[in-house]
Amino acid sequence: MQPAPYSFPGGIHPETHKALTREAAIAPAPLPAQLFVPLQEKGRAPGRIVVRAGERVLKGQKLAEPADALGAAMHAPTSGEVRAIAPHPLAQADGGEGLCAHIVPDGKEEWTPHAPFDLQSATHEAALRHLRDSGIVGLGGAAFPSHIKLGDGHQIHTLVLNGAECEPWITCDERLMREQATAILRGAQILAQLAGAAEIRVGIEDNKPEALAAMEVASAGQANVQVFSVPTRYPAGGEKQLIESLTGIRIPAGRYGPQYGVQCFNVGTAHAVARAIDHGEPLISRVVTLTGAVRRPANVEALIGTPIADLLALAEPENNVTRTLLGGPMMGVALPNLAAPLPKHGNCLIAASDALFPPRPAPSPCIRCTACAQACPQRLQPFELYWFAHARAFDKLARYRLFDCIECGACAWVCPANLPLVDYYRFAKDAIRTQERERRAADSARERFEWRSFRLAREKEEKAARLKARAAETLSQMNNEGAPPDAGSADKQALIAAAVARAAAQKAAAETPPPPTEEPPQP
Amino acid sequence: MGIVLATLVVVSLAALLGGALGLAAVIFRVEGDPLVERIDAILPQTQCGQCGFPGCKAYASAIAEGRAEINLCPPGGEAGVRALADLLGREFKPLAGDGADKPKTIAHIDEQQCIGCTLCIQACPVDAIAGAAKQLHAVVPQLCTGCELCMSPCPVECIHMQAVPAARPWPYPVFALKQENA
Repeated sequence: MQPAPYSFPGGIHPETHKALTREAAIAPAPLPAQLFVPLQEKGRAPGRIVVRAGERVLKGQKLAEPADALGAAMHAPTSGEVRAIAPHPLAQADGGEGLCAHIVPDGKEEWTPHAPFDLQSATHEAALRHLRDSGIVGLGGAAFPSHIKLGDGHQIHTLVLNGAECEPWITCDERLMREQATAILRGAQILAQLAGAAEIRVGIEDNKPEALAAMEVASAGQANVQVFSVPTRYPAGGEKQLIESLTGIRIPAGRYGPQYGVQCFNVGTAHAVARAIDHGEPLISRVVTLTGAVRRPANVEALIGTPIADLLALAEPENNVTRTLLGGPMMGVALPNLAAPLPKHGNCLIAASDALFPPRPAPSPCIRCTACAQACPQRLQPFELYWFAHARAFDKLARYRLFDCIECGACAWVCPANLPLVDYYRFAKDAIRTQERERRAADSARERFEWRSFRLAREKEEKAARLKARAAETLSQMNNEGAPPDAGSADKQALIAAAVARAAAQKAAAETPPPPTEEPPQP
Repeated sequence: MGIVLATLVVVSLAALLGGALGLAAVIFRVEGDPLVERIDAILPQTQCGQCGFPGCKAYASAIAEGRAEINLCPPGGEAGVRALADLLGREFKPLAGDGADKPKTIAHIDEQQCIGCTLCIQACPVDAIAGAAKQLHAVVPQLCTGCELCMSPCPVECIHMQAVPAARPWPYPVFALKQENA
């Protein structure tokens, strides 16, 4: 174990509240009465559904194929009957709905046939496809499909394993590292092999000495693994912050790790990868921290799709709980509907009471004190971003690098005016993305309209030319047949006379019934 | 003598600079009206003709020539009128007609009723309908601008407008500031 060689600016030191659950060993959550497995990851298109309502599914059976490049498969977390495939509230701040498979478990936990994946003889593409078909996405919070992050297997030289877990209250990664360090490192080795990375750097905050020790012991004898302790400072576990702390590399917005030779994976993701390769098990469960104003704080291994209310009930919330947070208190979202199912990125449920999370005092105006700029881990000027977002000056926001903001909330945490800064950034990002999308759609419509106008004009010209050519041809034929070569109107008269004669002949032919033998066979 | 020299210098300077300006006007001539392009960039490109002009480009040039008001484009909505008012330095006006922003819709062809007459394909200004004579037609939803021009030509009335599921953008934060003497 060694201290991290680099650092990042800013950051804050909120109360961690981790003591509540850090000694709570991971226990399997009981099988819920019903499951609502989301068939899409947050903000992405639903996958291609491969089961029907009424069908019996086995544990680990595929429910949906990825619909596009940015997708991963979804699987049945237990055996049972698919009652319906219908919209259901999702675990999102806006309470939006998405397609979910409503599964009633039969309690038999009957597995679909599965076998370990032979990594040594498989091609790179086949291995990535196996990860995609196993539904492996980033369990740290973004739920980004892991097979896409691995790239083509040549660009990445360093794999960063994220065990920092900097958000207060959450201990699921810490428990996983203490209990499953060997499996995590096995997954990391698989990821490193697929990414072509020569080196693995594990980053863990120094308030988790047991996890650091466990990973150190498990990595003994693995020459390419180094375990680093990172000073406890939120957001040390932000992907960009941890990469900077461990490698000194800074990745700007719009660029990806592989372009800089580095990629970051969460320890939970590495564990899921090890299960998918060594056991052939898809991602159907994850560790969730249940904490806050509860009588029995816990870390449970819960099936994806378990209703949030069922999970929360395991921890026995106090009576004064006012809302429930998914994720940590800094970046998590308050859930409007507890019927929503646990998503793959759901690492923590916090039952929030007013005693633990006092309501935000009323904001006062920004005086540009720059406390936020000193706290920003991304070297931004949050107060400028706030002013421009407030004024809807979207073109200015791009120049102040709004999209480099990771929405960590450090600026709002230090703001002496109690302004909801992150809400402004989210609003502005959404508005800019919408504008951009509409502009692209308009550009495409304009292009298609102009092409169509051009095509219609061209077809009209071609038709006129064709008619003219045919008229000339008829005329020359008639001339050859001995009609007097006349000019101008006489030509026209002759053409009209010829056309009248043709029409009369056609009419006469139509009136005589055609012989039945000549009729073409009807298809 | 001084006067003659001065006049000569000024006249030759004027001739020189005038010639340079004239040359520049020929060499750096701008094809078309850039204002039309900029107005066209603001318009939503639905090509629906609700403004009374055949397509967004025609409306853009009508605005540029002062032949049309800036509030005739319902798909562009109030935001579109504001953008045009900003660009042209004109006064903002509420949208003509009922003035309400309509939710975005796209056309959908009922597969049970379509007879494959190709009339809607000919009406679509952005080539968003696929099909051939006596074959089932289908609207490509990603390309449809929701102009409704395909609805009236359909002889069996099998085209309906369907609302696009509304995106849920993050709302503009609204809150009361702390009152000093509250």
